[in-house]
Amino acid sequence: MSLRTPLGRARGLGSAKDGSSHWWAQRLTSLALVPLVLWFVFSVALMTGADYVQFLEWVQSPVVAGLLILLISVGLLHSQQGMQVVIEDYVHGEASKVLSLFLSLSVHVVLGLTGILSILMILFRG
Amino acid sequence: MSRGNRPLSPHLQVYRPQLTSVLSILFRIMGVATSVGSIVLIWWLAAAASGAEYFELVQSFLGSWFGRLLLFGWTFALVFHLCNGIRHLYWDAGKGLELETAYASGKAVIVFTVIITLGLWGLAYAVGGA
Repeated sequence: MSLRTPLGRARGLGSAKDGSSHWWAQRLTSLALVPLVLWFVFSVALMTGADYVQFLEWVQSPVVAGLLILLISVGLLHSQQGMQVVIEDYVHGEASKVLSLFLSLSVHVVLGLTGILSILMILFRG
Repeated sequence: MSRGNRPLSPHLQVYRPQLTSVLSILFRIMGVATSVGSIVLIWWLAAAASGAEYFELVQSFLGSWFGRLLLFGWTFALVFHLCNGIRHLYWDAGKGLELETAYASGKAVIVFTVIITLGLWGLAYAVGGA
């Protein structure tokens, strides 16, 4: 016998009120990262020994700049989703848990902004 | 949460490590390591945006033996997390969960991680010289 209401079961949101949306979002970012990461690591390996100007020229291609911005935003989103799960699993005190989650989110936002703004600066400097 | 001195049920230490459980915890550890390593990636991009002088400084650090060691570790962690992540996505689709298949895919993850990591570094040395 279930004590849940039929409406609650139909909504399927559970006690955390967001159902499986976090789980789904994590799978989606991981799927998107498979080609992005493969492209990035092979591109960087192929650029070994390139000087500053060659590196800037690489980033200044709109396709590369776009893919780099995608990699940074989706990658850091995935990283944030993962760190959130790790913190929720291992940090037990309510205050330290909330603080860790806030710190992790803040660091990810700052890193993401720094990375994306750096690419835009390189792109528009010409 | 106060636990007092209540007895706890036996935890990880009573289990013999197995390929499946070791890969499982490594997946998490390598994911966290990749996250930490991404700070270097952002630092590298910010250095490129701030000018030639600072970029050369960062490049010479990343090219030192310690920088290369960090980058190699980061590559390994990233590639492992990627390979085992694909294995997890396959599981999430409800496939490959039989014990035998799970062990076979676990071994495949190790083999692919080593091949791709060494392949990337071999490629880098072939392209850029020492």
